[in-house]
Amino acid sequence: MSGGLYSMESKDFDKTLDLKKVKPYGDTMNDGKTQLSFTLPVPCNDEAIEAAKQLMKKMGFENPQVVYYKELTEGFTFFVCYGSCIHTVDYTAIHVPKVDSVKMDMKECDEFIKQNIGRKIVVIGASTGTDAHTVGIDAIMNMKGYAGHYGLERYEMFETLNMGAQVPNEEFVKKAIELNADALLVSQTVTQKDVHIKNLTELVEMLEAEGIREKVLLICGGPRITHELAKELGYDAGFSMNSYADDVASFIAQEKYKRLNSK
Amino acid sequence: MRKSKLGLDFTKVDEARRLAGNIAADVQNFVENYSTVAVERTLCRLIGIDGVDENDIPLPNVVVDQVHNNKLLGHGILYFIGNAICSTGMTPQQIAEEIAKSNLDITKLPLNSIEKIQEAVMPYVNATVERIKNNVKRRNELLETLGEGSRPYLYVIVATGNIYEDVIQAQAAARQGADIIAVIRTTGQSLLDYVPYGATTEGFGGTYATQENFRIMRTALDEVGQEVGRYIRLCNYCSGLCMPEIAAMGALERLDVMLNDALYGILFRDINPQRTIIDQYFSRIINGFAGVIINTGEDNYLTTADAYEQAHTVLASDLINEQLALLAGMPEEQMGLGHAFEMDPELKNGFLYELAQAQMTREIFPKAPLKYMPPTKYMTGNIFRGHVQDALFNQISIWTGQGIHLLGMLTEAIHTPFMSDRYLSIENAKYIFNNLHDIGNEVEFKEGGIIRQRAAKVLDDALNLLAEIEKLGLFTALEKGLFAETKRSRNGGKGLNGVVEKAENYFNPFINLMKGGNK
Repeated sequence: MSGGLYSMESKDFDKTLDLKKVKPYGDTMNDGKTQLSFTLPVPCNDEAIEAAKQLMKKMGFENPQVVYYKELTEGFTFFVCYGSCIHTVDYTAIHVPKVDSVKMDMKECDEFIKQNIGRKIVVIGASTGTDAHTVGIDAIMNMKGYAGHYGLERYEMFETLNMGAQVPNEEFVKKAIELNADALLVSQTVTQKDVHIKNLTELVEMLEAEGIREKVLLICGGPRITHELAKELGYDAGFSMNSYADDVASFIAQEKYKRLNSK
Repeated sequence: MRKSKLGLDFTKVDEARRLAGNIAADVQNFVENYSTVAVERTLCRLIGIDGVDENDIPLPNVVVDQVHNNKLLGHGILYFIGNAICSTGMTPQQIAEEIAKSNLDITKLPLNSIEKIQEAVMPYVNATVERIKNNVKRRNELLETLGEGSRPYLYVIVATGNIYEDVIQAQAAARQGADIIAVIRTTGQSLLDYVPYGATTEGFGGTYATQENFRIMRTALDEVGQEVGRYIRLCNYCSGLCMPEIAAMGALERLDVMLNDALYGILFRDINPQRTIIDQYFSRIINGFAGVIINTGEDNYLTTADAYEQAHTVLASDLINEQLALLAGMPEEQMGLGHAFEMDPELKNGFLYELAQAQMTREIFPKAPLKYMPPTKYMTGNIFRGHVQDALFNQISIWTGQGIHLLGMLTEAIHTPFMSDRYLSIENAKYIFNNLHDIGNEVEFKEGGIIRQRAAKVLDDALNLLAEIEKLGLFTALEKGLFAETKRSRNGGKGLNGVVEKAENYFNPFINLMKGGNK
């Protein structure tokens, strides 16, 4: 390995922080040092190591180093690598549209609702249309929750109904009216041929036709949903990967409170 | 005299077991009088009905639905199929195919005597019993000639959605040292009231459990078993609305391990309690007979409820599950009762409490191949700390002699495992199992110390809880939310409309032939 741990080579790059050109930090500003690991579907030999290094260069790393490799099974080799990233990003130009709420945990959220709303919030969820996947809505609603984040069923101050998968929009709207729901959660996992866009749009139109669009908080979620897209489609919020029940719960509680006060 | 490194009071253990026995007996009184659409479909499968109709509806569903729609299922599917054999001379499979083509209504045929009907189905029953016996024999031969990994067995999951990709992952895992391969099912399969048919290549977060997929993976594991010189066990999920059907499919295709726990389905999948408890009884008879190790799902209680506060619910449930399994004739050596390492890593002395509980569980169920589950709830995406959490879990497992060790993955809560994740986990476990191999024989626990006190406390709490459940009955206890802080009504949840009360002509010869194991 060249240029390793104890290299006396002078580091002649600019060591001042420039937020317009941010790159990874190892132990010196702008050194670009990054660790990564991956598996290549090739046998473990010198060619495999060279392949890993070439791939690192294509990924934008200078001085790629393979520090560990191991054949996992015949024809698959695992690598642990380091390299210096050549790319930068302009941190000052970044704008991320966000759901505008402060994240609270389950207890805080229940407490917030007790204090500020004074009754249970009724939430109905479903994976609507032809979508047969319940994984998203279950992660948010079911008792067990996901990745250690309890679902809304576990919250004291939410009255919940998880209608499951393949719920037609008509039925969903009917239920919303019947239970006088405060918030509607729609999960969309299948996005082939933009079927989710059509389905989500149809729901908004139906709610408007029934005259209850403004009465409910309308929220959608799924791996391909962003908050930006949700807003475009006429939803109040959208949640994507790495959002959990507490994110959704916090938004519902705070937004509900905001609306009660603005009237 | 049973010896305890923890100073456990075995009179309390005996009392807890007695209470659990009463709870299970009460449940069994109910179960004896009922059957379900799933149990009846299982009987169809066990007498050789397989395949799908032109709409991809499995033939066991087609046959059972015909009788159930006529509100006659209480007499049992074998009564009507047996009668149809007598009247038409066709095989069960031919009968099913005729029903699927709408050429035959087996509830409308002239009735033969019950003796003739029973006699007509017995050749098919005996053939299947023989096939399953041969599978058990084959497993024992392979265990004899190839040998197996030492306990704790390393258990890993594959979950690509594509059975052929699963095969590659599974064989790689076996080469790296895995002893048990579990093929995770696709999301939501537990709520399907039918078992899909054929080899499948698409799934979400897992792969469909189908008989063909079982067969493909069994062949692949036998193949890699020869290569690595160890018998590799295959695990699937005998839970949800098709619990006994999956048990039958597993028995027919020589699966070795099955998740099999009605309480899990009730609490975490909202399956109707009556339905799944009835289904569980027959599924455990089949699993017991087929030499399948069952795994119970108590570990999941601790993902909703707090692992420190609610540890006793795990023990209480393990004791109930043990008694329910005994009533289905299952030997203790096949009871992979579940527990878990799920305490908050921030908890001071958490490792000591986990150690106490694992040792306690070991001593209370000395013959059971206990299933020990890794941390999941506090796996955060910080893969580096996650790897350390798994290392602590591995230490307790080897120290306390667990049976089935579900490998924790550093990438838990991020994605289904990469090939490299599995390698890192197996390496971690093997390093620790080897390095601490005999520590359990070297260390005893201080009298009056934290570890002994913790074990005693969990046992006391479990005893109190069992006393309460015994008074209420299991169904009422579930309605009150005594497990996993989840309330489930006996008339709520999915699948209740598939429950039928047994009527006068009901018979199921498999119960007598299979119950009590394969001797």
